[in-house]
Amino acid sequence: MSTAVSKLDEIRTDAWSGGKSPFAVEYGKLMMWFFLLSDAFTFSAFLIYYGALRFSKLTWPDPDVVFQSIPGLADHGYPLVFVGIMTFILIMSSVTMVLAVEAGHRNSKKEVVWWMIATIIGGAMFLGCQALEWSHLHHEGYWWGSFPASYTGVDMVGALQFSNLFFTITGFHGFHVFTGVIVNIIITLMVVSGVFQRRGSYLMVEKVGLYWHFVDLVWVFVFTFFYLV
Amino acid sequence: MSAEHTHDEHGTAHAEHEGMTKKKIWQVFFYMLGITAIEFFIALYLLPKGIIGHGIGNFIYVILTLVKAFYIVAYFMHLKFEKFALKTGIMVSLVFIIYFIILMLTEGSYQYLHMN
Repeated sequence: MSTAVSKLDEIRTDAWSGGKSPFAVEYGKLMMWFFLLSDAFTFSAFLIYYGALRFSKLTWPDPDVVFQSIPGLADHGYPLVFVGIMTFILIMSSVTMVLAVEAGHRNSKKEVVWWMIATIIGGAMFLGCQALEWSHLHHEGYWWGSFPASYTGVDMVGALQFSNLFFTITGFHGFHVFTGVIVNIIITLMVVSGVFQRRGSYLMVEKVGLYWHFVDLVWVFVFTFFYLV
Repeated sequence: MSAEHTHDEHGTAHAEHEGMTKKKIWQVFFYMLGITAIEFFIALYLLPKGIIGHGIGNFIYVILTLVKAFYIVAYFMHLKFEKFALKTGIMVSLVFIIYFIILMLTEGSYQYLHMN
């Protein structure tokens, strides 16, 4: 009997021949990617709407004028400083998250716990900064449906829409950060109680990590289109 | 087949881990910090002094933002080290966002010219 196998009878083992994920990622991780893609569409719809309105108005509030305070320290004269601190905090917490994932690959439970705690602290600090900024802007007269009487531009609808969109978009982003912090706390408790050690893989840390980095990614765009442009 | 399969998955998983070392993570962090510093330099020095115009400034902001987004997605979210099919599946979908930007900003400009 010949040992030669005809081309048709050979067992194919390439990525798309079935029996395994062609993407070589675990189901939950792939679903996290799909969710993040849909969330990216939601956030882009918000930001693109902001752009379309801004393009259509004669005047628009100047971010350097609106955002020039450091709550608790200075009322005006420091454009971008406070939001710079917030951006730094969020990028930093993204780094600690990726370090937690890296520690998870080495199955080092203790390091995962500490990096996760650092990430949670970063997220909480960001939320605290956002609360300070919101309350400061609220005192100045910005809120959903209102803007300060001192606004000098000619287009009042533009100022109103700026105000509405600022609170809606940063609020939606802040809600994501808040959810991320809650999920991070749950996962940290699971790490502490040894769930993933028994499971033999810290893949769940990677999945929440994806979500956390996405929140950072959205902030990069919010920062550019609200505070810089 | 079964043994081969397990071996293959193990191999892939191992290759994935090679993507990010501690050194690489901090390197990406400093790149992003540097880009943010450049953005601040433009916002607080170049634009107020009138060295560059707002049009060019905004163009540079968008480019730098996309570079930062690339670093987050490629390295922190690990997409660079995933399979080609997953990479393209995610990235090609973003074409809808590009289309929506073109559509809505064109509409905004039209309103600026004709509705004010």
